[in-house]
Amino acid sequence: MIAAAQAGSHALLVAPTGGGKTLAGFLPSLIELAERAPKPETGPGAGVHTLYLSPLKALTTDVERNLMTPIREIGLNIHVESRTGDTKQSKRQRQRDFPPDILLTTPEQLALFCAWDGARSYFADLKCVVLDEVHAIWSGKRGDLLSLGLGRLQKYAPEMRRVALSATVDDPQMIADWLAPSPNAPLPSPLEGEGGPEGRMRGLPAPRSSPESQPEDTAPSSELLRNPPSPSGGEGSDVPAASTVTIVRGDPGAPPVVDVLVSEGKVPWAGHTGQHAIPEVYDALRRSGMTLIFVNTRWQAEFVFQQLWAINDENLPIGLHHGSLAAEQRRKVEAAMARGDLRAVVCTSTLDLGIDWGDVDLVIQLAAPKGASRLVQRIGRANHRLDEPSRALMVPASRFEMLECQAAREAVAENAFDWEPVHTGTLDTLAQHVMGCACSEPFLMEDLYAEITGCGPYRGLTYDQFEEVVDLVATGGYALRTYERFARIVRDAKGRWKVRNAQTAQRHRMNVGAIVAAATLNVRIASRRGQRLMGGRKVGEAEESYFEQMTPGDTFVFAGQVWAFQAIAGMDALVTHAQHSDPKIPSWGGSKFPMSTSLADRVRAMVQDRDHWRVLPPDVQEWLELQEAKSVIPQADTMLVETFPRGSRHFLVAYPFEGGLAHATLCMLLTRRLDRLGVGPLGFVVTDYSLAIWSIRPMDGLDLDRLFEPDMLGDDLETWLEESFMMKRTFRNCALISGLIEKRQPGNEKTGRQVTFSTDLIYDVLRRHQPDHLLLKTARADAAAGLLDVARLGQLLARIQGHIQHVHLDRPSPFCVPVLVQIGRERVGGGQAAEMILDASAYGFDEEDLIAEVMSDAPPELAGAQ
Amino acid sequence: MNAALKQALSPARCPSGGLRVSIEGEPCVLRCSGALWVLNHCTLIAADLHLEKGSAFAARGQMLPPYDSRATLDRLEAEIDALQPATVILLGDSFHDSKSVGRMAPDDAARLHRLAAGRDWIWLEGNHDIRALADAMDALPGQVIETLSLGSLRLIHEPQPGVQPGEVAGHLHPAARVAAHGRGVRRPAFVTDGRRAVLPAFGAFTGGLDVRDPAIAGLFEHPPLAAALGRDKVHALPWETLR
Repeated sequence: MIAAAQAGSHALLVAPTGGGKTLAGFLPSLIELAERAPKPETGPGAGVHTLYLSPLKALTTDVERNLMTPIREIGLNIHVESRTGDTKQSKRQRQRDFPPDILLTTPEQLALFCAWDGARSYFADLKCVVLDEVHAIWSGKRGDLLSLGLGRLQKYAPEMRRVALSATVDDPQMIADWLAPSPNAPLPSPLEGEGGPEGRMRGLPAPRSSPESQPEDTAPSSELLRNPPSPSGGEGSDVPAASTVTIVRGDPGAPPVVDVLVSEGKVPWAGHTGQHAIPEVYDALRRSGMTLIFVNTRWQAEFVFQQLWAINDENLPIGLHHGSLAAEQRRKVEAAMARGDLRAVVCTSTLDLGIDWGDVDLVIQLAAPKGASRLVQRIGRANHRLDEPSRALMVPASRFEMLECQAAREAVAENAFDWEPVHTGTLDTLAQHVMGCACSEPFLMEDLYAEITGCGPYRGLTYDQFEEVVDLVATGGYALRTYERFARIVRDAKGRWKVRNAQTAQRHRMNVGAIVAAATLNVRIASRRGQRLMGGRKVGEAEESYFEQMTPGDTFVFAGQVWAFQAIAGMDALVTHAQHSDPKIPSWGGSKFPMSTSLADRVRAMVQDRDHWRVLPPDVQEWLELQEAKSVIPQADTMLVETFPRGSRHFLVAYPFEGGLAHATLCMLLTRRLDRLGVGPLGFVVTDYSLAIWSIRPMDGLDLDRLFEPDMLGDDLETWLEESFMMKRTFRNCALISGLIEKRQPGNEKTGRQVTFSTDLIYDVLRRHQPDHLLLKTARADAAAGLLDVARLGQLLARIQGHIQHVHLDRPSPFCVPVLVQIGRERVGGGQAAEMILDASAYGFDEEDLIAEVMSDAPPELAGAQ
Repeated sequence: MNAALKQALSPARCPSGGLRVSIEGEPCVLRCSGALWVLNHCTLIAADLHLEKGSAFAARGQMLPPYDSRATLDRLEAEIDALQPATVILLGDSFHDSKSVGRMAPDDAARLHRLAAGRDWIWLEGNHDIRALADAMDALPGQVIETLSLGSLRLIHEPQPGVQPGEVAGHLHPAARVAAHGRGVRRPAFVTDGRRAVLPAFGAFTGGLDVRDPAIAGLFEHPPLAAALGRDKVHALPWETLR
């Protein structure tokens, strides 16, 4: 790393967690800062030297602590500060007036800096930017925003070195290409096929900014950099530093020891909480030092935390860490962990990334790992000494998960990492960046275009596309040009674009970021005051959509207890303690991460291979045999479909074993067809292994080969996309990120029960009147790539043509239990079922109905309105 | 449906999918579009069009699509074509804000004139558009009125408290929600007890207020009927099935 730094080269360090990566990233900066001349208070040379960007707020705090220790011990005069969304206003102001040497922050904060008019001079002294955990961020919208921000920084400080730190990945060159500041390889253009391929700017040279466009030069402290010690033969030191990235590979370390915990020799049929194994998990952490217990959702984290404390006879200090806890609470837990005051922490992906606690002794993965790379990453939390193996324990929560854990264990042993697809920059994110640039300083179209096409994900961006984005930023990008006078950005006399006024810039800054959070409600215990329900103690927070499916009285599990849903009042979901121990609505908490394709392949092979069953626990083997007896074991190149009635609904369960994304898309297309066939599909749910659809009328008489015919990927996919609620959701995200609509402002929240003006209405109107609008195209591209896995679905449908094995059962089969209790149900949007429900709820007004009603009339009801 | 409500409403299904009811003795059809058709007066009533809501947001820096006015006018035109009313009454809040008329695209403004030609066209004043109507009547067809009587009906933008026989109003944007099979469906809805009625909002960019909110439910002495707009049919929902 030091060699790459001395050569002035950009670098990507690929190493397993625990290799001291973060410190290695900072080392060149620390050396430079230690050797520099005294720093002036203000003016040239007083700026930030090294900017550290991490995808997690928690990491910045942790790195600050880990950096300060050596700095203090050696007695260096280096000033380190962190800045996140939680940083106080007074501290932010101080950081602006007196920049620290090393600033630790997040991509969102960088985007905010980019939208600030002081950004250019603030970063003029920048020598190095360190991107931590880059593997976790590069291929998404946050990665796009980060890449664009780097392009900006490089313009402010042309000599800035880019250093990225990554966990071990399948193909490091992809990340190196993303990181490189000028074209390494051409990428396909975003939304290929759209926009006239005029390409007048295509031959543009690499966007190294010209020297005269830079402000002042030669700050005293940059002397050292200009005369670096002679390169000591580091890799790639003979190549011009500007455009290449040196890939540095770290020591792989000792292979980890991974065990699967089979609780009392039993694996439960279904579920995702791992509740059955809690006593043994407790026992494991009792016998170990500091233990991290990873779960996949924060609901599960709450639940496991409660369960552990319920049996915590020894009063072991067990903590909780997840994304919806208050910042101070997370800080407290992090500090306690660092001091070694905790024995265990139940956590979600908030602690996935490289926080360096040297004394983590054991990692427990409760429930399925979903991917070999993620598992390796989590295992790496334990024992940050390379020469000793990390210890990890996987606890499968269900029988399919047992298969998945076994597959993951085999993948880790074979060093097989998950494969990642190519990523192309998204245009809604670009729109946000363009607006930010205009808030910072005026820009010329050509200059900004050159800067942006130097950013990895945007190398293929055409000038036409860029113009379209600028138009979107200015006036919304509408063919009906009635908004010119309201434009958010305007051209000055020199033809440069700038923000309309200070208020517009301020509003943009309030809406920066590429993460769109789901609307959440506070879950509060209700008390009755007279006739009215009042919200009491807050139990936690939950997605608004979770409560959509509930009617008052429905029971559900939350935070380890059974509650009865009562009502929604403002931003609160009011609940009461439930009498039953058997909740009607299954607890929320299926994994949000889809199983990786490589892991899904392994699981499918294992199910079909009877010899492989022998490595599984006896009850799982029995379960497979029971499935064979009661239904069928899905064989190679056939797909099993089971149909059966249950309650007031009819079910269809299929087992493609192709991963959650492809299953969800398949369900959406199938429900369209089922809607046309008049069976009234109501909803569906998927797991990584199977899918279930339920409907008002039975589905066993259907021609399944026709139902699953691959032509659904043609017109059906197109039409479905247009109308789907997934598209509406994707559109909403794109509209929020691009700045077309603003996020809810604090104090102005509204819920579905109050007057709402939803983005669905905007979507419907836009789709009808300007179907080629940029954001609709962006939403479509997002949906096809991220949410749908259309490519994989195509392979699946081709594979099963003529190979569908249908079994009609009078009750659920052993295999279908997991999917039936799976959470994260999707309802079928629009369609016949909505009309059927309205119809079923409504009075009939045919003559017979009326007569029947008149005959059976009850005395007037007094309940209701008052 | 209880006997009193049934007697007051005397509901019947129309071939169009609408629901024929009687409001204070006046035969009316609750149309699938959300408009009210007053048979004996050949009059079409629509509430809360909120024209130019998109551009109102744009003027404040949020570039919502500028197509909401034409989407709303498309639906209004379809109703006018289907019914050929002698009179069209817009029940207030026809424009989203005081400067709406000036922001209208020329096409849309021209269409308003075309739709109004050959019939009486009446704008009732609403809280959102009282200034727009006062300032821009030169540019608009028809006439502006605060309240209006039509047979036994009394038309007004904002429902008045207390017992108001024959009152037909808008303003509240009622919407009703039912749930079955673990799933909820929410739609704009008429609310009526056969004595008075609140119309759903007709505009393309208008949200809804739950009919059980005291602001709506409190207008009725006894539980009224919520008539929700379906795809091709108006669904008469019993009050106790609402969620």
